[in-house]
Amino acid sequence: MPLALVHAKYQLLEIIRIPVAVFGAAFFPAASMIFFVVPFTGDDARAATFATTSMVTFSVLTANIFQYGAGVAEDRVQPWNLYTRTLPAGPGPRFAGRILAGLVLTYVSMLPVVVIAAVATAATVTPLDFLIAVGTVVVVSVPFTLLGLAIGYSMPSKAAIVVAQLIFFPLAFGGGLLTGPDNAPGFIQAIAPYLPTRGAVELMWAAATDWRPDPLALAMLGVWVVLLAGVAGWAYRRDEGRRFT
Amino acid sequence: MILARADQVSRRYGDVLALDRVDLTVRAGELVGLLGPNGAGKSTLINLLVGLRRPTAGRVELFGGNPRDAASRRQLGVTPQETGLPGTLRVGEVVDFVSAHFPDPVPRAELLDRFGLTDQVRRQTGGLSGGQRRRLAVALAFLGRPRLVVLDEPTTGLDVEARRTLWEAIQAFHAEGGAVLLSSHYLEEVEALAQRVVVIGHGRVLADDTVDAVRGIVGVRRVSLIAEDLPPLPGVVATEHAEGRTHLLTTDADQLVRDLVHAGVAFRELEVRPTSLEEAFLAITADYRPAPVTT
Repeated sequence: MPLALVHAKYQLLEIIRIPVAVFGAAFFPAASMIFFVVPFTGDDARAATFATTSMVTFSVLTANIFQYGAGVAEDRVQPWNLYTRTLPAGPGPRFAGRILAGLVLTYVSMLPVVVIAAVATAATVTPLDFLIAVGTVVVVSVPFTLLGLAIGYSMPSKAAIVVAQLIFFPLAFGGGLLTGPDNAPGFIQAIAPYLPTRGAVELMWAAATDWRPDPLALAMLGVWVVLLAGVAGWAYRRDEGRRFT
Repeated sequence: MILARADQVSRRYGDVLALDRVDLTVRAGELVGLLGPNGAGKSTLINLLVGLRRPTAGRVELFGGNPRDAASRRQLGVTPQETGLPGTLRVGEVVDFVSAHFPDPVPRAELLDRFGLTDQVRRQTGGLSGGQRRRLAVALAFLGRPRLVVLDEPTTGLDVEARRTLWEAIQAFHAEGGAVLLSSHYLEEVEALAQRVVVIGHGRVLADDTVDAVRGIVGVRRVSLIAEDLPPLPGVVATEHAEGRTHLLTTDADQLVRDLVHAGVAFRELEVRPTSLEEAFLAITADYRPAPVTT
């Protein structure tokens, strides 16, 4: 088995043995689905589909920010993490393993949203669009993974958890994830294209429906990816000299 | 053959100079003890040698390469801190995970048997006793059939029996030709295992010699007495005054007492006591202060 898969396997094992962490990531999107989507979309298939896709994007956002933000910050101070750096493998396999494990958990955390949508709403999707959407999740995970890594590598875990909690809701609300594409308040329509959540949800809408994504939001998403990659890379390199031993 | 080498290595953390131009060489088959009080720089030196940190100045080599390159660490065995094992993973899983990094690991059953952990294979490491966790941590260092094993205070906090078990494992590895670099703040441990001792204090190498020679250096005695004035006395490495008593630290208490008598000093309540290792270190790390001249 390639080392990256070995690392992913054992990281998943560690996470699954404390299942409350998985529930945490799945809770917000599932609860938002039940309280804000199911009662209000009624028989409107189009609204239900858009709202479900938004909630899937929401769960990608929360799963990644918390997993990487809080998870990495916590791991960094674990002696076990230091020990793995003395094993004869570069940082690559551990990093790749972390990303793979993160992706698996992201998919797990959105399962309740998809199940609720199928059972309790009028949302519809063709099998092909569903597969495209599943694949698009990987793409929209990129900016939020980088955001989580930037948080996780740049601050101690207590601060990382607070920062993750502070930014996930404004990002979700400001990007229009909690409102439909057409009925968002004016100020949200004004700021949304500049937030990474908007570009991400536009991609997801385009994957699951016939939505034509806003070029400005997509361009800004690209800017965010470059920016966050820079910050995450800087924080990762600076991490080495941090701890006194 | 040189397995690990530090050449004029310094490491600075902010304002703190943790290591100051340190030289260290570990050759194939050697068992080297790294001795020093807490905060002396032992862990920093080890972190540099196993590739966890970069030196601020100087050069570190492992198997002829940079320890930060994964390839240089293929024949290196390191032990995690006992508290650092992932608590939710089972003993067998931890062994399998580490095994996956080495081309020819010791089979799991054989390793666990050697360290007396066979019955614990299904237990989560968080549920092990302190001694069992430490044995597992040390076992991991031997898993990849290393030529050099680096152990940072492997037996701190263990009971005597558990310590003996670990010592036997370390000696068995050394008997088969393996090299060991072992840090400790127990002189006893280093005496029991090592042939060569490197004493570190305040980030510098204070001594690099055989166990016997270093035992002489750290075999400092405390001569304590009440006296008005003391002449300059040879062989005194440190002098303290506390509660009316004068404490003299010396490597040769017998000679010091003879000198006191010969000098005709009026003293009373003489006491000679062995110092703790910590005191001995403080004495030899205090830049060999000469005894103050009181005339």
